Amino acid sequence: MCGIAGLIYRDGARKIGEEMTAMLQALRHRGPDSTGFAMYGAPGQNEYVMRFKVAEKEDLDGGTKIHRAIRERKAAVGAVLEELGVDVLEQEEPTEYALRSRISFRGDLKNLADHIEEVEGGEILSIGNALELIKDLGDAASVSETYALSTFEGTHGIGHTRMATESDVDIRSAHPYWAYPYNDIAVVHNGQITNYWLMRRQLERDGQRFVSHCDSELLAVYTAVNLEKGMTLEESLHRSIDEIDGVFTYLITTGNELGMAKDTMAAKPMVLYEADDMVALASEEVAIRAILPHEIDTTDPYDEEVRVWQA
Amino acid sequence: MAGLTDSTSTQMGMHTEPLTGRDIKTKFTLEHEGGFAYHFGRDVDFNRRAEIDCAELDPTEINRKIRELMDSGHGSIVVRNPGAKHSLIVGILNRMNIIVEGSLGYFGCGLLDGPTVRISGRVGWSFGENMMAGVCVVEENAGSTFGAALRGGDLVCKGSVGSRTGIDQKGGTILVGGDTGAFSGFMMQRGRIVVCGNAGKNLGDSMYDGTIYVGGTIRDLGVDAVSAQLTDLDRAWLRRKLKMYELLPGQGVDHFTKIVAGKQLWSYDNLEPTEKKLVL
Repeated sequence: MCGIAGLIYRDGARKIGEEMTAMLQALRHRGPDSTGFAMYGAPGQNEYVMRFKVAEKEDLDGGTKIHRAIRERKAAVGAVLEELGVDVLEQEEPTEYALRSRISFRGDLKNLADHIEEVEGGEILSIGNALELIKDLGDAASVSETYALSTFEGTHGIGHTRMATESDVDIRSAHPYWAYPYNDIAVVHNGQITNYWLMRRQLERDGQRFVSHCDSELLAVYTAVNLEKGMTLEESLHRSIDEIDGVFTYLITTGNELGMAKDTMAAKPMVLYEADDMVALASEEVAIRAILPHEIDTTDPYDEEVRVWQA
Repeated sequence: MAGLTDSTSTQMGMHTEPLTGRDIKTKFTLEHEGGFAYHFGRDVDFNRRAEIDCAELDPTEINRKIRELMDSGHGSIVVRNPGAKHSLIVGILNRMNIIVEGSLGYFGCGLLDGPTVRISGRVGWSFGENMMAGVCVVEENAGSTFGAALRGGDLVCKGSVGSRTGIDQKGGTILVGGDTGAFSGFMMQRGRIVVCGNAGKNLGDSMYDGTIYVGGTIRDLGVDAVSAQLTDLDRAWLRRKLKMYELLPGQGVDHFTKIVAGKQLWSYDNLEPTEKKLVL
């Protein structure tokens, strides 16, 4: 089933970490397996925030050796960063296996991501000027507490509560997906893409990399490729409705935009609330009510509907 | 359940085939007051009014409280702060008034038979599913599958509704003040859908029977849905029904398009919902 939610403020940063947590917690019944956030804070000058992991949460149950392996992997990542001339300004370790680094880097992001992912167990969750992508097993409240998201301030964000149907229950298969290796692009999706393998093979032949077998990752890579070709986000969303088969509603974010697309059957739910200062979307209205408890006027976007909002 | 062959419906000549294999014990008799009230229905007084504040209650508790109030004879219940929670006000088989101050989530007002429900806010997906009789009026917008498998009564949304409105509709009337989405009236078997605004693609796809009226534009018709001539009877019925719910457009109803089944697929049975109760 899965639940998705999005939030964008048009008049500056707010405590979106707290609000996204509340929205996703209200959707926990739609997906108890994992929860993820992609949120956009203040962009830094020539700075990136890199979120990455060096193991899966369930790896910790595999005995004592994994702890030593994780230490070695972190050291290996450190060596890669030093080798590539990355200046690590700040590093946090919310969990033993997932890290957040604020870095100064002027080189090629793809090269950086590829080198880190060569480390065993290494996976970049996101690299962005403003984007921070956090995902883990459990509900929104527990993920938010573990990663201290309640204090996160930003202009917009998307999130996902996952009910695993097509792939494993692990962080790799959790949403959102970062559009590797492109700066500040993330996606969440509710649905099922039926021409996933066909499109994935086409994109892989063009040199794109996939880390999971989750069909939602396709949307992130697909959108990133379209944006790289010069399409606007809105053009890419329209094209996806023609080119991607299946039932889906998905949200996608860039550094200053939040977009939405719904398939030709309108088979997956989305409730939309628009005000002068903000836009909130979710699979169910209860999620919007979690941050706007007063009476609000909401709508359901129709089939093939595409919307893009600016922060 | 061969005994049902001697039932009122058989004596009325509504069917001649033996009704075997059925095990629903509830029976209706024409002698009963009102004709079709359930024997387990509550004896409520419409002048006895009570309120429920749903802010701190979960859906099960809210529905239980409604039943407790019905058991104690309350015929008018005000539901405050519903907070778009799911599956509220379901399975009410009594005539009574329910006033909702706020919005409902998914599967609100399902499986109703008799009550009059007014909702000041909006409702989510699958509102009024399988309603047998009664009236539900939604003042704002509604989600998809509004009135799915509706069997009787009036289901009214004064705003716009989502996709697949009246899917598998088997009777009753759906009235929409605004627009409706794709696949509205999909596999509709009986009843009427009235849309004052525009209709999305594949309107009336694979409909067996029933009638759809659209006041605005129709993106396209589904398989076996065809337009028909609007008759004086249609106009009179539309005017009366829309006026009843304050939805009658200023320019009247002459501009409405009537859509019916081409009946090139196949036909459904011809029992009205009330007749079906007798058969059951």
